Amino acid sequence: MRVPNTAAPSPENRRAWPAGASTRVPYWVYQDAEIYAAEQQRIFTGPVWHYLCLEADVATAGDFRTTFVGGMPVVVARDTDGEIYSFENRCAHRGALLCLENEGKARDFQCVYHAWTYDLQGNLKGVAFKDGVNGKGGMPKSFCPEEHGPRKLRTTVLCGLVFGSLHDDVPPIEEYLGADILARLERVLCKPVKVIGRFTQALPNNWKLYVENVKDSYHASLLHLFFTTFRINRLNQRGGVIVSETGAHHVSWSAIDAGAAPARRDAAYSAQGIRAEKDAYRLADPSLLDGRDEFGDGITLQILSVFPGFVLQQIQNSIAVRQVLPKGVESTELNWTYLGFADDTPEMKTMRLKQSNLVGPAGYVSMEDGAVGGFVQRGIAQAADAQAVLEMGGDGIESQDSRATEASVRGFWNEYRALMGL
Amino acid sequence: MTDSGFPQRLAALNAEYARCIDDDRMEAWPEFFFERCLYKITTAENHRNGFEAGIIYADSKAMLKDRVSALREANVYERQRYRHIVGGPAIIAEERHVVRTESPFLVTRIMRDGRMDLFATGKYIDAVGEDADGALRFVERIVVCDSARFDTLVALPL
Repeated sequence: MRVPNTAAPSPENRRAWPAGASTRVPYWVYQDAEIYAAEQQRIFTGPVWHYLCLEADVATAGDFRTTFVGGMPVVVARDTDGEIYSFENRCAHRGALLCLENEGKARDFQCVYHAWTYDLQGNLKGVAFKDGVNGKGGMPKSFCPEEHGPRKLRTTVLCGLVFGSLHDDVPPIEEYLGADILARLERVLCKPVKVIGRFTQALPNNWKLYVENVKDSYHASLLHLFFTTFRINRLNQRGGVIVSETGAHHVSWSAIDAGAAPARRDAAYSAQGIRAEKDAYRLADPSLLDGRDEFGDGITLQILSVFPGFVLQQIQNSIAVRQVLPKGVESTELNWTYLGFADDTPEMKTMRLKQSNLVGPAGYVSMEDGAVGGFVQRGIAQAADAQAVLEMGGDGIESQDSRATEASVRGFWNEYRALMGL
Repeated sequence: MTDSGFPQRLAALNAEYARCIDDDRMEAWPEFFFERCLYKITTAENHRNGFEAGIIYADSKAMLKDRVSALREANVYERQRYRHIVGGPAIIAEERHVVRTESPFLVTRIMRDGRMDLFATGKYIDAVGEDADGALRFVERIVVCDSARFDTLVALPL
């Protein structure tokens, strides 16, 4: 007798979130092409702010950079009025890319296909052969250039960061972040920055797996053994997680407890039985760890995320912004911009160059993050209806004074589900 | 330093360097450098723009040893190896104690499951000097990758 397979849900029921579960994430959310398409509409064109570039990238009139909002190509430019504008990198005529460079200086943007021309704000200013040639052809009299143009983004600048939104009702960026997150952003980006390097990391996983990883303060000392071995970061350090009201944004931080002697910290660490302990070794050149307390508050690590895909990182004196861009269901691009400050002394600059070893695609404490999302993506290949477990630190999304929690990961899903209607 | 035998010595240095990494003799890799040195992995765009940071940056042989310790003891990555193909070195300039040279490279990465990708192309911008025994070593090796995009992670040195 043939037994019907009742274990497999029918396709139409598959995308129901596990009932009432703030501590479960079904794996189809990382695999489903329809979910990916819906995210482009509901998340990336929804009431959120996207990091576009640094204000310093478009410092003077005519400077531009190209980037993406979700899958949408975007141009960011500073006009002669001194303001920064951003608009879809798409000609209103036939849809070709308007700008084919990563960065540069321009007076206007002319589509290469049929030479339609746009100003630095994305307004259509010229249509080639609009009046025809020798009285023949041309656009109809009724054609109104003002009615045609690429989609424009609301554009705002905060602490030297340019953000854009495709939504009309998104609150101002300060309100979007909330006072607690804003204060931590201002703490690091307190003066003019200087780019010291740009790198892109191609991640073999869904974009959400990387964002979760950023928000997951629980994994840091378990996956990244370099950290623990050299006492840069331990869960029993002073630290915590700040989660914004709806869970959208977060800050994870830790500080050296100046009062605790090294030996005592070692003992506290042994008690946790973390595997790095057995491999304790010392750096042959410890100058890597000679960081300065440049913000004067003893905080050696602060990871700040802004929903959906922006990260500001301070790990000792290594400062970087990261932009998370979805490139397909199982493909993500992570753009790193390593920063210093314009007023860095030569010694400070050298320290930042040395500490650039900590982060990025080859970072002592970050290279694993480039791979672990792929481990999940491959691990769940045949587990669409199974669920990840997020019970560390309870089931809430409130700020906590411990980093052994998944509160900020749950916060991400709280915001995500609200926007996605899941 | 740049007598008639120099190009051959330079090519041999590059060949030994590639064998060292590709044969997984990482502990010997720092020995290609002077105690005070500069090894950096960056991109053509950063190099052109004068952006000094690298994804790997070491200004001492000891830092290179730490890189090896970390990749052996601390960092987590799937088993993989490289195959370097290093092109003929061009001699750019001779200074008092160093010769500046450039060599193009191509590196494939072979993963444990057999997947094989073109992982990086670029050029080594080197400053080479002789140690007390007359052996060639790197004062500087700047690894300038053509693309700014790195797949997944860079665990092993280039």
